[in-house]
Amino acid sequence: MNGAADRKWVWIGAVALAAALLVLPFLVKNYRVFQFNLVLVYAVAILGLNILTGFNGQFSLGHGAFYAFGAYAAAILMSLYGVPYWLTLPGAFAFCFVFGFLVGFPALRLAGHFLALATFALAMAVPQLLKYKRLEGLTGGVQGIVLNKPEPPFEFALFGQPLSSDRWLYFFTLFVTALMFLLAWNLLRGRVGRALIAIRDHPIAATAMGINLPMFKSLTFGVSAGFTGLAGALGAIVVAFVSPDSFTFSLSIFLLVGVVVGGLASIPGAIFGALFIQFVPNLADEISKAAPSAIYGAMLILLMYLLPNGVMGGLRGLWARLRPKTAD
Amino acid sequence: MEGFLLQVFAGLANGIIYGSVALALVMIFQATHHINFAQGEMATFSTFVAWWLMQQGWPYWGAFFFTVAVSFAGGLLVQRIILRPIEKAPVLTNVLVFIGLLLIFNALSGWLFDFTVKAFDSPFAKDSFLETKYFSAHQVGSAGVLVVMLLLLFAFFRFTPIGLAMRAAAQNPDSARLVGIRVSWMLGLGWGLAAAIGAVAGMMVAPVVFLDPNMMGGILLYGFAAALLGGVDNPVGAVIGGFIVGVLENLLGAYVIGTELKLTVALVLIVATLTLKPAGLFGKKVVVRV
Amino acid sequence: MPKLLEVSGLCASYGATQVLHGLDFALETGHITAILGANGAGKTTTLRALCQVVKTSGSIVLDGTQVVGKSTESVVRMGVAQVPDGRGTFTGLTVEENLRLGGYTRANKAEAAADMARMFARFPILKERRHQQAGTLSGGEQQMLAISRALMLRPRLLLLDEPSFGVAPLVVAEIFRILRSINQEDRVSMLLVEQNASLALDLADHAYLLETGRVALSGPSEAIKNDESVRRAYLGY
Repeated sequence: MNGAADRKWVWIGAVALAAALLVLPFLVKNYRVFQFNLVLVYAVAILGLNILTGFNGQFSLGHGAFYAFGAYAAAILMSLYGVPYWLTLPGAFAFCFVFGFLVGFPALRLAGHFLALATFALAMAVPQLLKYKRLEGLTGGVQGIVLNKPEPPFEFALFGQPLSSDRWLYFFTLFVTALMFLLAWNLLRGRVGRALIAIRDHPIAATAMGINLPMFKSLTFGVSAGFTGLAGALGAIVVAFVSPDSFTFSLSIFLLVGVVVGGLASIPGAIFGALFIQFVPNLADEISKAAPSAIYGAMLILLMYLLPNGVMGGLRGLWARLRPKTAD
Repeated sequence: MEGFLLQVFAGLANGIIYGSVALALVMIFQATHHINFAQGEMATFSTFVAWWLMQQGWPYWGAFFFTVAVSFAGGLLVQRIILRPIEKAPVLTNVLVFIGLLLIFNALSGWLFDFTVKAFDSPFAKDSFLETKYFSAHQVGSAGVLVVMLLLLFAFFRFTPIGLAMRAAAQNPDSARLVGIRVSWMLGLGWGLAAAIGAVAGMMVAPVVFLDPNMMGGILLYGFAAALLGGVDNPVGAVIGGFIVGVLENLLGAYVIGTELKLTVALVLIVATLTLKPAGLFGKKVVVRV
Repeated sequence: MPKLLEVSGLCASYGATQVLHGLDFALETGHITAILGANGAGKTTTLRALCQVVKTSGSIVLDGTQVVGKSTESVVRMGVAQVPDGRGTFTGLTVEENLRLGGYTRANKAEAAADMARMFARFPILKERRHQQAGTLSGGEQQMLAISRALMLRPRLLLLDEPSFGVAPLVVAEIFRILRSINQEDRVSMLLVEQNASLALDLADHAYLLETGRVALSGPSEAIKNDESVRRAYLGY
């Protein structure tokens, strides 16, 4: 195995990929760029859910709620208190982290389906809460809150395409996404990651080894909520609009779909998951105007047959079969 | 006081519906240890089939039993054909397939029978002997149907060898094979029974809320909550859970918080109950020696 | 006398890892046979292969019928009952329900009920706990339950995977005594996998020694017990 040569190719590939990503927004129309922004946002949200469900085995059907809270936190900070958009992100993360940590405590007593119901209740509750008349002053009620898309701080053009709001946001979102992925990777690769997986697979043994289960599990809930909440805030900035109907329980389902399609307990899988939930519904719509959701459902089922462990699971299997077997 | 009683009774009437759906969910759970998220849509589709048969001139009870039989076969086929390839796959993979089925059945209902709201007859006529002061004939009749289903299921699981084999296959498929149980077929049977129960639930619901492809959406959630509240391995508990959820929802809506937030508050209360009694109110706590 | 079980060229793998590399052995009707060996030698895998729980190739012939390729349920219905490692009891069901499940495939339900009574007579502690959840029983009691459940099938061949594991020594002695009487009274052939070699050799008529998925040694258990060099080299005592 030629380690040095392999590493050289990985570096070249990485640089090429980075260059492509940086040039991409100027090669496509504004609307496509907007869609890519959403993909990045969803990737962070899915990553958050994956930390909880994939790595730690705690089932959540309610992450749409954290996404919504992050989005509204950002929207309220920007519209009512004039906070600059980039400053709302850490605020959303912190707010959702605390909230997720608190949710994590009762979640300790529940497992499997019970936790699924509890988190689903959360997902159902949020749109109703957001529409509640007594909170209208803060949330804007049924109409929601309209925001201004941030203007790019300088003029720029490439390949004849100007640096629009969407394109500027693309770079902003790309930067934040890369940061969050790095953060997750750093967090999960060491003892923390192994502890999470130990708790997921062998909780009794993990406790016997001295891992403080309740603390760990609640913290994981918090971090997971923080990630998804930050994604929500990012989403609010990118879409420039929040309303209760943007955050129905379908969002929670879509995030879960993204996690499973990408691959449980996988960081890069989140990108594939995000691509799936952003583009496949449009694809289904194009295939059949009469029953697009049926097509979407069929594609979900087919994908699970072909890749029961998600895209990353499939890629790992392929890699294992292709690489030369080491001698026994 | 009269108003309060009315609310309670209305809640109990709703509870019949939630209990029926909960029963179907418990059925599948007992057989497969999975929660079937597509249960509501399958029930709606069955109800449409019954409606269509009656449009063709079939008498009510003929359509009813035929639909139940067809639903049983349909549920069995869904398990044998669509779910068997992923029997050994992780739980969440199965969940996604259920979601896929949910979408497909919902779209099928809309595509085959269109989205206009339809009326669905009740077999329990308004002026029949079943009519009482607080409950309509249909509500009494539905409650009766539910009780009959419940008794049949209870007897099935408790006293028949196949019922025991199904429970064993769900709990420990490897050991079940070692005593000669054909585990795969047990799963199919469970799905068939659940589909049949769902069809009955749908046909009891439709006269009240009218038939359209999205009929079961909110009801499924309440059924799910009821099943968990009652203890997801306990059919009787599921039905009692249904009544509790129905009454709770109604009382909350009328006296505490208004219709806007009653869903939220109901669910919060249920979750709070579950944190205090994680196996549900009537669930059996399975003790495992480490 | 025709052999009850003839195994030749048996290979088994878990995914990409091959564990058995061409096993050959045979069981006589009415005998107790032991499979011994160190950890990882492939003993449990052999039993799993016999029940087709794991992917196998080669030949397993039970009383003239080829077993390889059949489903586990079919092999069980042919008369092979296994007491798996870890006991495999249905922990969420009662003791009595566990036993009833053992009799699930029996055509004659009256005979099955009579057998259950015999199990209770043989293991009185099970009768005492008949309505208790199986998961609350101690290791020894679960072992008795698992054996009884397997016997409810009226099997021709009883497979036992590490029956002494996790069971108190006094209870183990009792269980092995009962196994001997079951073999003699009911003529049930047995195949026993055990790490505790001396216990196994005391019970068994014949023994096979496995080493990394192959048969290293075989012979009557008396001969192996009395051969010091074999005992020291392979069995550690």
